[in-house]
Amino acid sequence: MTSTILEMRDITKTFPGVKALSNVNLSVEEGDIHAVVGENGAGKSTLMKVLSGVYPAGTYDGQIIFQGQECHFKGIHDSEHKGIVIIHQELALVPMLSIAENIFLGNEHARYGVIDWDENEARTSALLKKVGLREDPKTLITNIGVGKQQLVEIAKALSKEVKLLILDEPTASLSEKDSQALLDLLLEFKRQGMTSILISHKLNEVNRVADKVTVIRDGRTIETLARRDISEDRIITSMVGRSLDDRYPPREPAIGEVVFEVKNWSVYHPIHAERQVIKGIDINVRKGEVVGIAGLMGAGRTEFAMSLFGRSYGRRITGEVLLKGKPVDVSSVSKAVQHGIAYVTEDRKTYGLNLIDHIKHNITLANLGGVSRHSVIDDLRELAVANDYRKKTNIRASSVYQMTGNLSGGNQQKVVLSKWLFADPEVLILDEPTRGIDVGAKYEIYTIIARLAAEGKAIVVISSEMPELLGITDRIYVMNEGRMVGEMPAADASQEKIMRAIVRGEGKAA
Amino acid sequence: MSTESAPAPQGNVAEEQRPRIAVSALTTNLREYGLIIALIVIMLFFQFTTSGTLFKPVNLSNLVQQNSFIIVMALGMLLVIVSGYIDLSVGSVAGFIGALAANMMVIWQLGPLSNPLVVSIVCLIVGGLIGAAQGYWIAYHRIPSFIVTLAGMLIFRGICQALLGGGSSVGPLPDDFKALSSGFIPDVIGPLTLIPPTVNAAGKTILGSGLTLHMTTVVLGLVAVLAYAYFGLRTRRKRERHGYEAEPFTLFVIKTLVASALALFLVYEFASYRGLPVVLLVMGVLISLFVFVTKRMTVGRRIYAMGGNPKAAQLSGINTERLTLLVFVNMGVLSALGGLIIAARLGQAVPAAGLGSELDVIAAVFIGGASAMGGVGQVIGAVVGGFIMGVMNNGMSIMGVNVDWQQVVKGLVLLGAVIFDVYNKNKA
Repeated sequence: MTSTILEMRDITKTFPGVKALSNVNLSVEEGDIHAVVGENGAGKSTLMKVLSGVYPAGTYDGQIIFQGQECHFKGIHDSEHKGIVIIHQELALVPMLSIAENIFLGNEHARYGVIDWDENEARTSALLKKVGLREDPKTLITNIGVGKQQLVEIAKALSKEVKLLILDEPTASLSEKDSQALLDLLLEFKRQGMTSILISHKLNEVNRVADKVTVIRDGRTIETLARRDISEDRIITSMVGRSLDDRYPPREPAIGEVVFEVKNWSVYHPIHAERQVIKGIDINVRKGEVVGIAGLMGAGRTEFAMSLFGRSYGRRITGEVLLKGKPVDVSSVSKAVQHGIAYVTEDRKTYGLNLIDHIKHNITLANLGGVSRHSVIDDLRELAVANDYRKKTNIRASSVYQMTGNLSGGNQQKVVLSKWLFADPEVLILDEPTRGIDVGAKYEIYTIIARLAAEGKAIVVISSEMPELLGITDRIYVMNEGRMVGEMPAADASQEKIMRAIVRGEGKAA
Repeated sequence: MSTESAPAPQGNVAEEQRPRIAVSALTTNLREYGLIIALIVIMLFFQFTTSGTLFKPVNLSNLVQQNSFIIVMALGMLLVIVSGYIDLSVGSVAGFIGALAANMMVIWQLGPLSNPLVVSIVCLIVGGLIGAAQGYWIAYHRIPSFIVTLAGMLIFRGICQALLGGGSSVGPLPDDFKALSSGFIPDVIGPLTLIPPTVNAAGKTILGSGLTLHMTTVVLGLVAVLAYAYFGLRTRRKRERHGYEAEPFTLFVIKTLVASALALFLVYEFASYRGLPVVLLVMGVLISLFVFVTKRMTVGRRIYAMGGNPKAAQLSGINTERLTLLVFVNMGVLSALGGLIIAARLGQAVPAAGLGSELDVIAAVFIGGASAMGGVGQVIGAVVGGFIMGVMNNGMSIMGVNVDWQQVVKGLVLLGAVIFDVYNKNKA
């Protein structure tokens, strides 16, 4: 006889300008592994943050009923007290502390502030046994791999007498073997009667362990499937089943010869030297063509682009970059820029803008030579350039002297775009160009992309939003776990096809 | 849907912009104006409390000569701090270079290599090498600048003391060398006697009489002021021709007049004593150079970008490692110049030369409005900050304030200036 351990009713969470969740319902049976699936940005993580009290009661609408009691969590401490423990995608371990210190961090067995290390380590050993990790409790976190770190996180959760364990994309950064081990562990916990929520978009994993699957799309619950109804096809249709509306500017592609080619590109992780992040990728882009790279978070798309752009990511980079058939040296950013390659980052605040300087200085930064003579900047020419691009990309600001830190996301993105347009590249790599910006600004960005393609630039768009790729590109590569697992003309592509290529690795790169 | 979200044309931007630019020109420069006003207020305060001693020509000359090395080093420190680093070694490097110069000129008997000019050039190169050695670790191995330069501070103070053979000093230094600090520019035009000295019955000159002007100083001053006004006007014209407007004409006139009046007052002061101190000329040239580099040159722009967001700067094609190295080489050269100025003023090299001056230099830069996070700071701010420190030192010494309490006051002024900045930023 099963009973409902958790019920979330009509959860609605609004951020300024965006409704992240609207009337989401989730009901979890005791002893189940309940999977929550959905595209990036569908609202899965937001829902879990509501549940765990990261967003305190009062900042959302709806009810949370846990073990028959309505709960109003004010913070993560409240929810942990009730036995709800969440393990986030980004691990929250202190690298230079030991396993035992991490597991009991903030919760040490101590008398009068003096820690009883023997007690802590004995308990840690017991917990590590439970999760099947054979390591000395004194080992530093930094000395064990990501897979083992994940197990330490779980052991830490177990130390808190967990009743409901939530795992947010637990296998995102794990190898196949570690992932399997983790899933086995989940099944073992289930046998012992624990309830867990698994957030994932790896459908094969969901298929393997989940008793129920709830699909979330655009901040709404679409459906909850029982074990016997779970199939990848069903989930995929449910995940992406929205129609493409007229959100993209029309364009007439005029595609020429191949401009940009990458051959057998391989990259290793900058810190974990044995981990190969990019595994022998080949792509090509033609003049006037917009090529998309689809994939889920963690597929290695950004790493691929940044390693191409002046080796800004990774180690032991091998492979060849050809521009109009000739091999070019892109070993530093300035060389890449000189050869006419530009990369517009996905993280404009960290990698794209000097937020404490104004629009004018940001726009000219990648091409100061274009506004100076003998290294002396011509202030007036710079001002003219900045005003010109402000008009071209429709940056809404009081003047070009406004600090970029005070602009909205869409306008910041236009400043970063302007910076690279002024550098006059042949090849433009746009990484998530519309992340976190509103629909109107998105349309403007799409218009700029279409115009650049019409001018004969070769454009690569990396995006996690599949409708966007289908709407603005001519050809789509599908990337998964460091490999290109599919290539298709946009006209033939569909969200189902892309999703299938991702989850099954079917379709071979040309 | 598509028609709704299509970009709406933005008309009449230029018309909207005009009044806003006028206001923003005033507010963005408020910090600099405020700082200069603060300096003037502090000077007037000490003029009053020292019963008029502060503004005496002889005292102003002293003030400049005593503090010039702080300001010279502050120019380098500004770039270091704007880049997002710190340099704690500048005082020790200055001391070491002073000892090196003294040894080269007095002890080692190097023949033509002991010529003060040759020694100075060698010392500046050595300073640059020291900066390169420290900058190398900071730029290419990402060792925190605080640690590298803390090590440098210990190392070069040690070498300085070793070079001077324990606790003794080396001197006297040649007069030609001392002219760097205590000299005045020669009066090639000849003095102009405004009021001939009147001798009273007791054989003393009557107060107020005997006013002679150093004409080369006067001419240089006038030329500088006219050039300042001319270039200001020319820039305005050019902007107007291209349809841009920076600030209202009246504001421009007032600004130029006030600046010129202040400059002419100082020129008069120096001219009525022994003329322009050599070190002030050196400082003036360096200040102009650094204003130009930071405001107009690409390398300056890149330094601000690197300090503001190093990752974004790197991804914009800026070689941040090389730029960091360059910033520290520059700091090393200016520390060496500071060391030469100290030695020239004392007439000898002493083990304690420049001791603790790194703190005065850093304080000057922060009083001048630079941000400890990097990316923000102006050359003029650092210079005025240096003068504020100098005037306080000088004024309080004349007033007879105990050295211990002088430090307390300087500390409070530093804290106050930074709190004022942070408060202003949060309000904006």
